[in-house]
Amino acid sequence: MKLSLGPLQYFWPREQVLAFYAEAADWPLETVYLGEVVCPKRRELRLGDWLEIAGRLQAAGKEVVLSSLALLEAGSELGALRKLCRNGRFLVEANDMAAVGILGQCGLPFVGGPTLNIYNQRTLSVLRAQGMTRWVLPFELSGATAADLVAAADADCPCEVFAWGRIPLAWSARCYTARAEDKPKDHCDLACLADPDGRLLRTREGEPFLALNGIQTQSALTQDLAPWLDELRAAGVAFLRLSPQSQGMAEVVSHFDRLCREGDDRGALDALAALAPVGTCDGYWRGAPGMERAGIS
Amino acid sequence: MELLCPAGNLPSLRAAVDAGANSVYLGFRDATNARHFAGLNFSDRDIVRGIEYAHQRQCKVLIALNTYPQPAGWKLWTAAVDRAADLGADTLILADTGLLDYAAERWPQLELHLSVQASATNPEALRLYHRLFGIKRAVLPRVLSARQVVQVAEQSPVPVEVFGFGSLCVMVEGRCLLSSYLTGRSPNTYGACSPGSHVRWQETPAGLESRLNDVLIDRYGPGEKAAYPTLCKGRFQVGEHTYYALEEPSSLNSIELLPLLYRAGVAAIKVEGRQRSPAYVARVTAVMRAAIDACARDPDGFRPDLAWQQSLAAVSEGTQTTLGAYHRSWQ
Repeated sequence: MKLSLGPLQYFWPREQVLAFYAEAADWPLETVYLGEVVCPKRRELRLGDWLEIAGRLQAAGKEVVLSSLALLEAGSELGALRKLCRNGRFLVEANDMAAVGILGQCGLPFVGGPTLNIYNQRTLSVLRAQGMTRWVLPFELSGATAADLVAAADADCPCEVFAWGRIPLAWSARCYTARAEDKPKDHCDLACLADPDGRLLRTREGEPFLALNGIQTQSALTQDLAPWLDELRAAGVAFLRLSPQSQGMAEVVSHFDRLCREGDDRGALDALAALAPVGTCDGYWRGAPGMERAGIS
Repeated sequence: MELLCPAGNLPSLRAAVDAGANSVYLGFRDATNARHFAGLNFSDRDIVRGIEYAHQRQCKVLIALNTYPQPAGWKLWTAAVDRAADLGADTLILADTGLLDYAAERWPQLELHLSVQASATNPEALRLYHRLFGIKRAVLPRVLSARQVVQVAEQSPVPVEVFGFGSLCVMVEGRCLLSSYLTGRSPNTYGACSPGSHVRWQETPAGLESRLNDVLIDRYGPGEKAAYPTLCKGRFQVGEHTYYALEEPSSLNSIELLPLLYRAGVAAIKVEGRQRSPAYVARVTAVMRAAIDACARDPDGFRPDLAWQQSLAAVSEGTQTTLGAYHRSWQ
């Protein structure tokens, strides 16, 4: 299995983003996904900046994919999407059917992102006919469903699974970070810039539950599928997606790389899990509620 | 502008038809639709009777098959498409790309609508569904502002339908996994959000608590009105504050926007609430019928009637209504 670095879900200052990807050029990754996928108001980097980073990563031997916004509401966002799709150089990850439509009509290949809702074989076939060359398993699907889908998919249309990171659970028109500060979305003052890993939401008993990330709501727990690498491999999963976090990402990649190459190592699994901001979960992969975590023995 | 009303069972269907709905929508008794609740929905026999009752009164019947089949369930979902067509449904409401492909190929004459669960918020996505499957109408997610609805309606290759009244999803429909994160069951996979099977109410010294799969969704002090623990409508802690971090319990009410939607060429106003009673359906249908008729007669002079608004507020979640995302400030 190969490792990919998923698109950055958070809003980081420009310098931090540049430093992060400069470092990532040396990590043992096959693929790096770049671009803003959550909120069009986050403009620390423009398309030109992303293309520059993409060029540097490509020169360092990485495959680069440009990821598209998951929620498109305004006409201007569609204009930006068309530019992204027609960048002329890099593969695009389609995170909305709008991107599939544009890419399909241009005859351009694409990665089917996790929000395209690929739940069955026939959906795979339809998107394949539009030009899909890789697809990401929807977050809530199990390993058993993944295995069924991989078995049905064309061999040259591999499957990628979200193996590390806070799970993007929902998108809304409402910005929950702005709401937390009692600000209207139109005057959010880019409040999410202060939350490099999202803003923790707890139950009234203090249990970590969700992480607010602007218009996106994530799980507070980090999905960690490292204990299930044998099962992922057996299911035919080709890529493991590691979702960026502000601290310890080099170590996350390095642990996954070693575990993939050398197999189970309790110490490495524990060290990896300790890098999650508040804890880990793996329920979805096991067909259970996503928040659950199996005991590792 | 048509009025499309919910039917969770035969008495609700009759109530909607009698109160002036132009069409009603319903589902089978399984996970193939997004209101998969115990005791709700239609047997095949009731669908036949419902279609007969509706058609005799010039009302159409739409069948919702708007969840996402996985390989293990594929045959159940395609069989449901076939049953719906055989039973004489006027239209199918579908969300899953694969199922749309199946229905368009197997039943080329059958009218297909794109469900709100397909998360299509923009004209480019709608063009794809139209090009691939020949959809005749699309239901827009409840995340667009009124201005955005007008823009999408202008540029869409097919007429659009919007929600006029009922429970409000604050997340983009079809892309909300909060429920399966907690319970293993989501609208996409199971046809239910915050399923009743996982709800627990408990009186404690701290107050009445509602839990979903043991996770505390809300706690009520004396005199506070308790609401069903839909997980996005609970109170949570962010930093030092405890509040409705995602949304308050409230219902969407877009009556005051009817002239704008009418002028934008919106094809239909949809009422949410297949899980609600026949009395709810009768009341909301009658109010919306009167409002739409008044709007069509004189869009420039249209003013929401106070009695309508009071009537709708009484059957709303938390007895309060909101314009939701239609009003930009909500966002």
